[in-house]
Amino acid sequence: MEHTVISATKFNAWFGDNHVVKDVSIGIEKNQVIAVMGPSGCGKTTFLRCINRMHELIPGATGKGSLKLYDDEIYNMNPIYVRYKIGMVFQRPNPFPNLSIYDNVVAGYKLNGLKVAKAEQDNIVEKSLTSAALWNEVKDSLHKKGTFLSGGQQQRLCIARAIAMEPEVILFDEPTSALDPISTASVETLFHELKENYTLIIVTHNMQQAARVSDKTAFFYMGELVEFDDTKTMFTSPTDTRTQNYITGRFS
Amino acid sequence: MDARIGIRNSKNILFKAVIVFFAFVVTIPLIIVLLYIIKQGVMQVNWHFLTHIPAPEGEKGGGIANALVGSFFIIIIASVVAIPIGILTGIYLSENPGTKLSYYTGLCVDILQGVPSIVVGIVVYFWLVKPLGFSGFSGSMALAIMMLPIVIRSTEQTLLLLPPSLKEAALSLGVPYYRVILKVIVPCGFAGILSGIILSIARIIGETAPLLFTALGNSFLSTNMAKPMESLPHLIFTYATSPYDDQHDLAWGASFILLMFVLTLNLFTKFITKKWNIQL
Repeated sequence: MEHTVISATKFNAWFGDNHVVKDVSIGIEKNQVIAVMGPSGCGKTTFLRCINRMHELIPGATGKGSLKLYDDEIYNMNPIYVRYKIGMVFQRPNPFPNLSIYDNVVAGYKLNGLKVAKAEQDNIVEKSLTSAALWNEVKDSLHKKGTFLSGGQQQRLCIARAIAMEPEVILFDEPTSALDPISTASVETLFHELKENYTLIIVTHNMQQAARVSDKTAFFYMGELVEFDDTKTMFTSPTDTRTQNYITGRFS
Repeated sequence: MDARIGIRNSKNILFKAVIVFFAFVVTIPLIIVLLYIIKQGVMQVNWHFLTHIPAPEGEKGGGIANALVGSFFIIIIASVVAIPIGILTGIYLSENPGTKLSYYTGLCVDILQGVPSIVVGIVVYFWLVKPLGFSGFSGSMALAIMMLPIVIRSTEQTLLLLPPSLKEAALSLGVPYYRVILKVIVPCGFAGILSGIILSIARIIGETAPLLFTALGNSFLSTNMAKPMESLPHLIFTYATSPYDDQHDLAWGASFILLMFVLTLNLFTKFITKKWNIQL
């Protein structure tokens, strides 16, 4: 068994009194693509946002239980450090509108006030944009505003921004739900390349997408982790009837 | 049926005619006032007028240099005090809606906005002028209090319009909260905050009442903030009520200058909100 990057043991999360993630236990291995799927309101996004401590930013939101990055309890770490190590890409592309493409990629360094030599910055920008399959499209307009790009390009810019920090894990919260099919395809292709260096956790509504891109799939239902297995097994012979019903579309 | 439609159409036309009429009518007094000030004032303004202090009573010539310098210093100090406090308070209000503190702060800001300027003046008079004497500085404090609610509300409103995803993007990169606010949120709302600041300056530049018994006025050029200072609106007030025609001319000239300042500031605000409005 490979090294486990993220592991949860009986992890719970709440919005005020609303218990949205219930006793979730999961182990996520290095350099894999994990798809997290389930109907709306099943707690999948909340669970994702707990992993990099974004959940607690909402007033009244709490998390309890064990959630580890390697051997360190995420909830005992400084959230700022957690977010260095665990990057995130959101549902809607959200490049910084006041920054150029170049500055958007190194935003993690710039906004944190980390001094990086110009040559190394150039290097980070080129490497990250190349990894995000965006370099060829924007290399001549690096100093234009990031908001001039198309939606799909903006999302890849956000991926480059996350990669630039060299995180262990990148979380994707329905990363293609605001994109057209062509942009979606380009982002999906990226996942395959990114898993060489990173561990990806992708929340998605789209079952075909989960089947296409992931090594393992987790199925959440009503806040519980119902099933977690190899994607092939999940889509061909799920053990739980709820998974089966969801996959075959028998869910209301 | 056709007759009904005819009546309804004519009602429409009548209604439209009424609103167009009144929209037009209200502009007439405004334009007359503007033209009158321009007509009376524009002839007074020349280089001599801008660079000399008022001539002694009964003498020809003289200018408003003391009032220009005084107004400039008083407004600069008022801005230095009000802008940081206003922006920081505005940030708190936009970041923490629904807390008790933000409710009561918001309430105070609204009340402060409605306080007549002469009441602000009298408060500053008792707090600062009585113990320390008349000074340009106390005038600045009175104007700073008048500026605060405008800066606070415009900052708050601007920042509330920014999408929360912007903040999340920065936070997810491990940027500490204070840097998220200072490096992302405030720069993205910069145009809105700046236009609020300029509007607040346009609002206080003509305030006379709070300066009457704080900065007091001074017929000589002075840059000492601890001593009485002249200001444009105060100069207008004193010379317009004097018996000398030459001083009336000075007052008209100063009114024209003041009008031009307010007009410029307002046009500039319109310009930046249009030009710098960041695409989100």
